[in-house]
Amino acid sequence: MTAAAVEVAPVPMTAKRRGAQLAMLAFAIAVVMGAYASVGLGLDGKIPAGMLTYGLGLGALMVAAYLVLARFAPWADPLLLPLVTLINGIGLVIIYRIEQTGQAGASATNQLFWTALGVVMFSATLIVLKDHRALQRLTYTMGFVGLGLLVLPLVPFIGKEINGARIWIGVGGFTIQPAEFAKLALVVFFAGYLVAKRDVLALAGRRLLFIDLPRARDLGPVLITWGFSLAVLILQKDLGSSLLLFGTFIVMLYIATQRTSWVLIGVLLFLGGAILAGQLFDHVAARFEVYLNPESQALYDREFGGSYQLMQGLFALGSGGILGTGLGEGHPKLIPLSFSDFIFTAAGEELGLTGLMALLMVYALIVERGLRTAIAARDPFSKLLAGGLSFILAWQVFIIVGGVTNLIPLTGLVTPFMSAGGSALLANWILIALLVRMSDAARRPPPQAIQDEGMTQVFQR
Amino acid sequence: MSELTLLLIRLAFLAVLWFFVIAAVGVIRTDLFGPRTAPATARKPPKPAKPVSKPKRGEPRQMVVVGGPLQGTIINLTETPITIGRATDATLVLSDDYASSRHARLFPQDGQWIVEDLGSTNGTYLDRSKVTRPMPVPLGTPIRIGKTVIELRK
Repeated sequence: MTAAAVEVAPVPMTAKRRGAQLAMLAFAIAVVMGAYASVGLGLDGKIPAGMLTYGLGLGALMVAAYLVLARFAPWADPLLLPLVTLINGIGLVIIYRIEQTGQAGASATNQLFWTALGVVMFSATLIVLKDHRALQRLTYTMGFVGLGLLVLPLVPFIGKEINGARIWIGVGGFTIQPAEFAKLALVVFFAGYLVAKRDVLALAGRRLLFIDLPRARDLGPVLITWGFSLAVLILQKDLGSSLLLFGTFIVMLYIATQRTSWVLIGVLLFLGGAILAGQLFDHVAARFEVYLNPESQALYDREFGGSYQLMQGLFALGSGGILGTGLGEGHPKLIPLSFSDFIFTAAGEELGLTGLMALLMVYALIVERGLRTAIAARDPFSKLLAGGLSFILAWQVFIIVGGVTNLIPLTGLVTPFMSAGGSALLANWILIALLVRMSDAARRPPPQAIQDEGMTQVFQR
Repeated sequence: MSELTLLLIRLAFLAVLWFFVIAAVGVIRTDLFGPRTAPATARKPPKPAKPVSKPKRGEPRQMVVVGGPLQGTIINLTETPITIGRATDATLVLSDDYASSRHARLFPQDGQWIVEDLGSTNGTYLDRSKVTRPMPVPLGTPIRIGKTVIELRK
């Protein structure tokens, strides 16, 4: 009886695709080693000595990550890890290349160290978090942790102000940006909160013209998040994080309720807030001014808050053109901070439009895999969490790439996995671990439906 | 290192980068374009086994609402899955405070209809047991969703 029941074709069968994953991982590492070699050849005509160290170091790290993934999340998406490896590796190469020009602050060794720590965090998350739905129980804890981390830099003695933004804390000899971790905690909070409240948010309310207006009291959490993101913007002078958090909340609200009215309300609130902030605060106004007239000579020459960095970035992209100058043959030293916020323009100069599009495609594929996980996920919390995490990655890439290409006003954010910076790298590796965990749960074949119903039911895992 | 070699290296690197992207897309091809090629061959083997494994009990043709405000509604079953809930795009739209917007789903699989709860608040019941995982629906067994009771009939 049971044997007959088991023979029924499984519902949607997914393959593990481990071989494909390993092949793509090897491919990614080969591309990165090729990039190292290319940098060396471009700089001084010989393969750099560091190529094997960096390449094999990265390779060993990723093989370790792969083994952890194969052991603890065997059904996970086969593409996430190779794609992230490529982006992280290309980031390492660009930072190595900038380090060769002698720009202060760029250090490929540091970045490799942080990557290693990132892989450790990735593995730890996969090993510790056996079932991501455990996070749903921590909804409000995560909310408080997130808020706490966000305001931490404002605490005297711990907080540090660097380059005009108060978003760092000093721990020992390191500086950490707690906001990077806060955003993960807040996405978990949003997902848990919205799962509980989405029916109220979606259904109550009345219809005005063609949009469904929510009830006033349901607006509460939206207004609180809005107020909070504005506070972050004002007190920490961190435009990027503010935009990131609010945008993510609105999109998750949209995913949860499928109401366009929330998006509309969100966009209006943000525009209102941004205009208000632009009138009240000099540093926000300066950003707008630069955004509208980056070419102005006065702004270009201004020492603080001018358009010098932006214009140098745009010049770099222009000199890169369609095919780029070639790795090792550009002048990334001319762009201030080209290893962190402006790494995308440094990459653009040497890889050209063609290379940048490939990088953006890789980001798009990571996000696609995340959204795909959200679609395949079986419970609403995972759907929201996977959707939110993929969106926050996409949104972050959009904000910074849009910023350095002057499509939108420039706000300081790191390019995920590429920019030099430990906190962001660690946080993003944890983000990927969460996506991997959820894709494992989503792709794992469901227990088979049984054909004959007896008193006891046997099911296969 | 001559200018020409560097140019070739540069173009080769960009080509390899794009080849990586294309290879990545290749891995997920079935996701993007649907499993058109693979299951066509994969589905063949189970076919002959089917009549052996399960005596044909007759397939349900209709879904009938036998209780609740929508009593008497009949939906003809085709190959497409049926969603039940308060959302306006559901196949069977309920106006019931005890139902969630996307409450449950019925889908055919090898001549069987399977009921799956979509994470509803108040749960879906097949006969008297709560549906916690996809379960096959026998003919004439009541499925309870809030105040609504539905059955599959020939």
